[in-house]
Amino acid sequence: MNILVILIPVSLILGGVGLAAFLWTVRSDQYDDDQGNAARILLDD
Amino acid sequence: MTAACPACAVAPMAQQVSTGAGLQFSLPTIHCAACIGKIERELNTLKGVNFARVNLSLKRLIVEGTVDPDRVLAALKDLGFEAYYLNQSDQGNKPDATGRALLTRMAVAGFAMMNVMLLSVAVWSGATDATRDLFHLISACISLPVITYSGQPFFQNAWSALRVRRLNMDVPISLAILLAAIMSLYESLNGGDHAYFDAALSLTFFLLIGRYLDHQTRSAARSAAKELTALEVHTTQRIKNGKLETIQATSVKVGDQIMVPTGAGVPVDGILLSESAFLDRSILTGESSASAINVNDTVSAGEINVGAPFELSATSVGENTSLRRMAALVDLAENGRNQYTTLADRAAQIYAPAVHLLALFAFLGWFLATGDFRLSLNIAIAVLIITCPCALGLAVPAVTTAAISRLFSLGFLVKHATALERMAEIDNIVFDKTGTLTQASLPSFSGFSADEKSIALTLAQASHHPLSRAVSNRLQTETAAPLSEIEEIPGKGVKAFWNGQPVRLGQGAWLNGQFDGLGLRIGRRPAKRIHFNETIREGVVDALRNFEIHSEILTGDAKEPAQRVADTLGLKVIAKATSTDKIEHLTALKQAGQHTLMVGDGLNDTAALAVAHASIAPSTALEASRNAADIVLLKDSFADLPTVLHVAKAARTLSKQNFAIAALYNCIAVPFALAGFATPLAAALAMSLSSITVILNSQRMRYL
Repeated sequence: MNILVILIPVSLILGGVGLAAFLWTVRSDQYDDDQGNAARILLDD
Repeated sequence: MTAACPACAVAPMAQQVSTGAGLQFSLPTIHCAACIGKIERELNTLKGVNFARVNLSLKRLIVEGTVDPDRVLAALKDLGFEAYYLNQSDQGNKPDATGRALLTRMAVAGFAMMNVMLLSVAVWSGATDATRDLFHLISACISLPVITYSGQPFFQNAWSALRVRRLNMDVPISLAILLAAIMSLYESLNGGDHAYFDAALSLTFFLLIGRYLDHQTRSAARSAAKELTALEVHTTQRIKNGKLETIQATSVKVGDQIMVPTGAGVPVDGILLSESAFLDRSILTGESSASAINVNDTVSAGEINVGAPFELSATSVGENTSLRRMAALVDLAENGRNQYTTLADRAAQIYAPAVHLLALFAFLGWFLATGDFRLSLNIAIAVLIITCPCALGLAVPAVTTAAISRLFSLGFLVKHATALERMAEIDNIVFDKTGTLTQASLPSFSGFSADEKSIALTLAQASHHPLSRAVSNRLQTETAAPLSEIEEIPGKGVKAFWNGQPVRLGQGAWLNGQFDGLGLRIGRRPAKRIHFNETIREGVVDALRNFEIHSEILTGDAKEPAQRVADTLGLKVIAKATSTDKIEHLTALKQAGQHTLMVGDGLNDTAALAVAHASIAPSTALEASRNAADIVLLKDSFADLPTVLHVAKAARTLSKQNFAIAALYNCIAVPFALAGFATPLAAALAMSLSSITVILNSQRMRYL
């Protein structure tokens, strides 16, 4: 079971990376216009 | 010479208006990807624009760069979009801080929940002894700081309710989160079997989702309401030392001479200095026909000049104008509305004591039966957690969010938090007439010959007066008569020659007629009056046909025009009602046990809107009336009015269903918890299942 000493921190760090990425999206205004973002995918350019 | 851009040298104004901060425009008509693409592509080619971005959720455009707002407006108009420039100082350009804080708290809670859940799965699948204790301790290290941070919105609300000795939904929620965390910590430190860290975290996470949804719809409605205010003109023309200057309406002082141009609203109360004036008072009194006044008569703020430009001397300004005094009345009436108990609060009032008593009895029962303090406490806390305040906390916000966003896409702005719940109880509707059921008057040309109509059209086209424009719009389909020597006499009318004889369109007195309003005179024949008839607002007939509730008209207008509209619509009418009469009428209805919906726009309706059980105002209404109303209709058409009541009722039904679902889960889970069989796994399942069922059930709102 010694592998847990490595695996638990690894899983926490990976989760933390996900959290950091989400916080970055919040800070960079990516949730301010959900309808607009849904529509933009249809634009060509 | 250095200039910020090539155009700045030519137009020095451009440099002043563009300070680098984004210009904001309101685009009420955009709705799809094509609109976004078209606007952004076109504006990015505009000289001086560095960056243009459309926000579809808020229906706004942000432009950065050195460009004159008027040029952007012109470009948008060419593209075929209705656009308004928003004054930055009124708007506040700050991003939504509360929404962000909620989103961050939710993300942190979600992250912690998933990690703790992973560790818990190991425990549930049979980890024992040292491994289990280690996992519990790691879970504690993750959970405690996260609960302290993410749970704050609940703790604060619960504390503020407890301080005034009241119970709201946040009290049982906070209690369940805190007790679960503390008990789990104690168990982990003492090598116990069960820790509820995952339950405490998922409770926080699910409830934060509800809070965020709730906040999101409210903030969209708030920003749209602010926008309506920002669009209003707040400047006025003052005459000083014989010269005209434009100043803020708020800085007018008593005794100032103000010039009111044709078509503009009167900014302050005052006394007329010009010889005569022609005013539209419908917004103050509900009268549909314009009234003529003479020198030294009083003029009130909010009236609209439909005659020649006139001058007035200000007698009361700022907070003392009749308009503001009326707004103060509304604040008084609003207090009653804030005492309304919402469905969620009523549920909390039943739920909170019941759950707390149940937990207490569980504790006492087990303690008496076994004498084991720790076991009894564990069971009591398991009861608290498993009764699942989670689904109860989501039951109302998930439904109202879906309902409000559905109404927003139909053009209704739901401003008040409890508006939908009150709307669902409506059993009686009172309409204002002028400006609500009817729109701007249209001239009627029955009894006019083809020649007369075509002469009137040519004369009307020569003038920009609002009445002339109404005439030329009405006669669009006629052929314009060839006239010579067309001349506009300001404040009187338009004159010209037709086949050698003089023709005139203008004020009755100027035509030697015996009336105040607009008339037409050809040669030596007597002047013919042009009557203005009110037109019924678009969609009103459809809306009334679909209402299955008693409706009536309550208007400040004279008996005859009021009766005419009432007959057309087949409604009962009370005419000549002052604003006090309206309040009394609504109070009488309230005392008779009726729940009245008031639909109105004018100043005379303002207090009535606030007194009524629920209220709707069109977007053309006065700012004071819009503030008093629960719901503002952004479109012109009333056709969707019955949908509001339908959606409100559907929202109430779904909220109640959600409470029933939550209660059902409790009925199943509570006996297990009481019997001491509740494990953290059962708690996690009950919590997730009931929350997801409630959220899914709420989504049916879109199709009901």
